[in-house]
Amino acid sequence: MFSYFIRRFLGLLPVLFGVSLLVFTIPRVIGSDPARIMLGERASPESYQRLRLELGLDAPYFVNFPEARTQGVAGLLDAQYPHFVGRALRGDLGKSIFSRVPVVSSLEHFFPATFELTIVAMFFAVVLGVPLGIVAALNRGTVLDTAVMFVALAGVSFPVFWLGIIMIYVFAVGLGWLPPSGRLSPTIVFHSTTGFYVLDAITQGRWEVLWNAVKHLVLPGIALGTIPLAIIVRMTRSSMLEVLGQDYIRTARAKGVERRVVVNKHALRNALLPVITVIGLSFGQLLSGAILTETVFAWPGIGRFVYDAISSRDYPIIQGGVLFIATMFVIVNMLVDFSYAFIDPRIQYT
Amino acid sequence: MTTPAASLGPEDHVEGRSLLQDAARRFRRHPTGVTGLAIIVFFVAVTILAPVLRPVDPLMINLRDRMLPPTWTMSSQELEQKNLHRWSFPFGTDVQGRDMLVRVLYGGRISLRVGLEAVAMAALVGTLLGLIAGFFGGWLDTFIVWFVDILLAFPGILLAIAIVAALGQSLLNALIAISITYVPVYIRIVRSVTLSLRESEYVQAARALGSRSTRIIVSHVLPNGLSPLMVQLTLSIGTAILDVAALGFLGLGARPPTPEWGAMISDGFGRFRIAPWLSIVPGIAIFFSVVGFNLLGDAIRDVLDPRLKN
Repeated sequence: MFSYFIRRFLGLLPVLFGVSLLVFTIPRVIGSDPARIMLGERASPESYQRLRLELGLDAPYFVNFPEARTQGVAGLLDAQYPHFVGRALRGDLGKSIFSRVPVVSSLEHFFPATFELTIVAMFFAVVLGVPLGIVAALNRGTVLDTAVMFVALAGVSFPVFWLGIIMIYVFAVGLGWLPPSGRLSPTIVFHSTTGFYVLDAITQGRWEVLWNAVKHLVLPGIALGTIPLAIIVRMTRSSMLEVLGQDYIRTARAKGVERRVVVNKHALRNALLPVITVIGLSFGQLLSGAILTETVFAWPGIGRFVYDAISSRDYPIIQGGVLFIATMFVIVNMLVDFSYAFIDPRIQYT
Repeated sequence: MTTPAASLGPEDHVEGRSLLQDAARRFRRHPTGVTGLAIIVFFVAVTILAPVLRPVDPLMINLRDRMLPPTWTMSSQELEQKNLHRWSFPFGTDVQGRDMLVRVLYGGRISLRVGLEAVAMAALVGTLLGLIAGFFGGWLDTFIVWFVDILLAFPGILLAIAIVAALGQSLLNALIAISITYVPVYIRIVRSVTLSLRESEYVQAARALGSRSTRIIVSHVLPNGLSPLMVQLTLSIGTAILDVAALGFLGLGARPPTPEWGAMISDGFGRFRIAPWLSIVPGIAIFFSVVGFNLLGDAIRDVLDPRLKN
């Protein structure tokens, strides 16, 4: 099993290499010139050249043959891409063109907000989705089943950002039950040490802050959670139906095991494995879905951070943000694969 | 493909029915599939017939009637005051006084067409690459699989956003970007079908008889990959419509006066406290058209592969 883990991990490397290559190449193929964006059209040629040199934009893209002749391999790698990867591995994704703030520290700053939102969305999707899927499977073909499946269909057919707008309109503007945007009401003074407001509010015993933060999480959490909810409902239902048709379920029923026990103990445990895959995959999807949700709810997370960078063409942020989200996604998928080994002992890794 | 004996009625004992005829028969008995198809036909028809149904320019500015709510929600007094009919503007007007009904109809032309074209392009490129990878194998296969893995490392709409961010904002770039994100799915499907068929006995036999690779691909491999391709195609059109709208909403697709559903929602977003219909109406249009494609996709899956149905 250990060798499987190692191989799966090593398999990530070519993918991450490709991802970094793509992220590096796209802005350069298009010929966007960061030095020009930073200085504007009216800068003097001297300051423009100085900045290009400072940013290393005069070096060749991938390999530096002239340098290789005098300095060997080290000279060959004196090019933009090797430098980009080298710095990224050391946790340096460059600086914002405008604010000059390192991209990594911005990502660190905005990540907790996105992560908190993602957890809430996932919680909503699982807590509602798994029971709904089970209910639909147990009542297959009835009105209840049709209703649940319709909800699942609707969940993947709404534009998430539109659902967000409607929810703001109904629950924030119309009924006034929940706040329309942001993480905390502006009147609240709160110093968060980790960036996770819910966690910090609990550890600091600030219950009014906790309540306020939770209220802010409800609408964006539900909006972001709709698509995974719909997928989890469908997956749970079809997986349950498949397991319920197995011989050992019939055996259990035939020997007089209570229906509740058959469902909870015999069927559900076996049916949940594919559901866990979906949960894992959705987790990464949520990170990118957050770009839309965070824009609608003015949620100060990575998604909105990257989106703002696109509007201002701040390409180190776009590059760093995209690289970060893709890397997270790939790693989460690997962890999902690993988790099987512990959840399902039938799976043999060789 | 065989039909399970249990689902055959007495009138079904007919010899020599083709796969397509068989599928069409099953489809007609599939209520949700028929509903989905009806929704799609409705949307396609009204968007194509838009100039006939409502001969008004979707870009025409009419400042006298700006920001009107759907006129059927207005009181008779208000209508009289503004000299309007109860059904003058059934979906209201926008901030420039443009008719929302016309804009939604014309928006459908863009959203549906771009969704369709993006998926068609992706399916074409993906099928070709999938065939090459599966049929010829070797380093080409390794390279294509690597390429697929890289593209799949970008979750959801992220890759499309990154591509448009680099290419620049335009509807065509949005189409290209969305198309690229859908390519890996088709490569995977076609490659796996091709791999399993390559070693099958009838392909081996065709090869032994001297058939060339292209002939084997066209007459043996492609027809067998058609069912999963069709299902995937229909389902992707729905999500592609959502993606087009998402890029439009983020300001990465169609430019503002162009009536595109996502851009229209974005336009209404800033004003939804005073004019909610501006974002509600295009959202409903997106919802129903996507529902149509999702219903149809599910039905096609049931119909083409009865073994999968549960």
